[in-house]
Amino acid sequence: MASNRKNSVLTPSRRDVLKYGGAAALSMPFVSRAWAQTVEINMLAWYGHGEPDVVGEFEAANNVKFKPKYYAGGDNMLGLIAQSPAGTYDIILSDAEFVQQLNAAGYIEELNAADYNFDDMLYDDFKQFPGHWADGKLHSVMVRCGHLGVSYNKNAITAEEAQSYKCFWKPEVKGKVGHFDWHLPSLGMMSLTNGNGAGLWDLDDTKWAAVKETTMSLRPQVGGFFDYGGTFNSLKNGEMQAMCGIGDWITGVLEKDGAPVASVVPKEGGIQWTESYCIGKGSEKQEIVKKFIQYMLSPEGQVKSAQMAAYPGFCITKAGRAKLNEVDKKEAERTGQVDGMPNDPITLIKEGRIHYRDIPKQQSLEDWNDFWSEYKNA
Amino acid sequence: MNPPEKKSLDLYAMTWRLPVIVWQTIFFVGPLLFMVAMSFFVVKNYRMVEAFEFTNWEKMLGRGYFWDSYLLTLGLASLSTVVAMLIAFPAAYALAFKVSDSARRWAIFLLIIPFFTSYLVRTFSWYVILAESGVINAILGYVGLGPYTMLNTKFGTIVGYMTLTLPLVVILQTFALANIDTRLVEAAHNLGCKPFATVWRVVIPLAKTGLIIAALFCFILSFGDFVAPYYLGGSKPPTLPILIIDTTKSGQQWPRAAVVAIMMMVTLFAVAFAALTAAYHKRGRS
Repeated sequence: MASNRKNSVLTPSRRDVLKYGGAAALSMPFVSRAWAQTVEINMLAWYGHGEPDVVGEFEAANNVKFKPKYYAGGDNMLGLIAQSPAGTYDIILSDAEFVQQLNAAGYIEELNAADYNFDDMLYDDFKQFPGHWADGKLHSVMVRCGHLGVSYNKNAITAEEAQSYKCFWKPEVKGKVGHFDWHLPSLGMMSLTNGNGAGLWDLDDTKWAAVKETTMSLRPQVGGFFDYGGTFNSLKNGEMQAMCGIGDWITGVLEKDGAPVASVVPKEGGIQWTESYCIGKGSEKQEIVKKFIQYMLSPEGQVKSAQMAAYPGFCITKAGRAKLNEVDKKEAERTGQVDGMPNDPITLIKEGRIHYRDIPKQQSLEDWNDFWSEYKNA
Repeated sequence: MNPPEKKSLDLYAMTWRLPVIVWQTIFFVGPLLFMVAMSFFVVKNYRMVEAFEFTNWEKMLGRGYFWDSYLLTLGLASLSTVVAMLIAFPAAYALAFKVSDSARRWAIFLLIIPFFTSYLVRTFSWYVILAESGVINAILGYVGLGPYTMLNTKFGTIVGYMTLTLPLVVILQTFALANIDTRLVEAAHNLGCKPFATVWRVVIPLAKTGLIIAALFCFILSFGDFVAPYYLGGSKPPTLPILIIDTTKSGQQWPRAAVVAIMMMVTLFAVAFAALTAAYHKRGRS
């Protein structure tokens, strides 16, 4: 019997060949999967950052897959992190003004500044962006920004009128002024309308009362409060002819699609939104996340960010801007990202016309949100 | 006289009832109790902390905008119920009494089809129809009318509510009317009752229970709907479901949102209790 068995192994029958060959073939996919298993990276970000147009090439080159969870608004982001166990998110895209709170709550890892090329930044502020460093330690890296101002339909508001937030009160657009439904940018713009300039977030009781009064006076003009999709649609179909609280990040997408809309930084000043990447506390994928942040700061990553399908942002590195001018001159010119253009975002910052978005200094976010609810109900 | 029989525990019946009881306890009573408890918690650094404080109740019920939202939501849901009941009744009447069984079956099938698709998608499709550059205004434009603003208005909200509730209301009304003993309707006619009076004095009273339940479902769905007032009403002003979203979105005030939710549930319990009492109330009985 034993010799028979031995012989059968050495001289397999056709049935044996089929049996063992089939088993081997069937097990191959498991072997190959185990050999190069795709790494999943959990991302918490504003909409669009984990989509293929931004991360596709990086995913293919590094055998990773982003699993994005999207939010709208910094406090929404903080809430999502607060309710998740440590290590849930490997990478967090934060509005710059909330990085300080992320750090204070211990939600993000310290970064090694030597890993990132700060010398290539277009503007000195971007190297030491407020709140990104604490006690000489780096916690977040700025990757893009954009400006908020007057967003308008060119058929309803002229370019001259759009040079002031006062155009929102124009009688012809009564019921046609929309709000992006987040108190921070809208109330910031009302503060700028009141002439608070660089002190727009630092309001004493008198100034805060005046901002509330100005905001309330706009209420009869308001046609609705919208999320991203609603803002996009209402501007596209002409239901809203001016929008408070947004900028080129929404009108830019529509403008490229041929809609007669635009965004400008008015004479009272504009607000800069700034987006920065952080590594989530307790992430086990810090190396690959670091590589991704480096990619987003590379010329290729900066161009991806500038051309992002969901909403465009400005390049913040010299090499990124140069690359954008090389591969997509039209978009660079549309957004003023060409050295010497009068609406060059860096020039606007240097001229003091742009103020970084921040959180209220003398009131709490709750105070602002309470007023926002009251305003919506007025 | 025999002594009253002592009822023994029917294990067979209990076994079949148990899954429903367990399900309701785990997925309804449990979360409800947690929500009540949560309304006394506090939020510190965007994180809920267990506590027993009345601050959330004081803050929410002490705000004028909460009561504005409450009355608005109540008013819009009531209006939606009246409009849906009025629009649905002629259709349900025709389906119950005027068409063949086969046509009724097809109509019910067609009324169920909207539930196959996402309500959100159906709501967004109204953008194309109601926009100032949309289909309705284009047609009105041919006869020299408009354009009229329909999106981001209360009219838009009601259109959204109808999208959500009307098919269900027609179905429920049809079933209520179809179960009426038609001999009573014929008797009313034979005794000289005019058609409208027959509907008012015979058909509606006989179908009362089903009609009230249809109205109740319409009210409940409209009262709790977030999509229509947000996307077609422009959140202007916000209803209670939008207020819940606003409250959680900024500052992560889940405990305050729980206060709003509890107020909504209490209202719905009261309305449902009143409606069911009216539905099963027999004339002449106390």
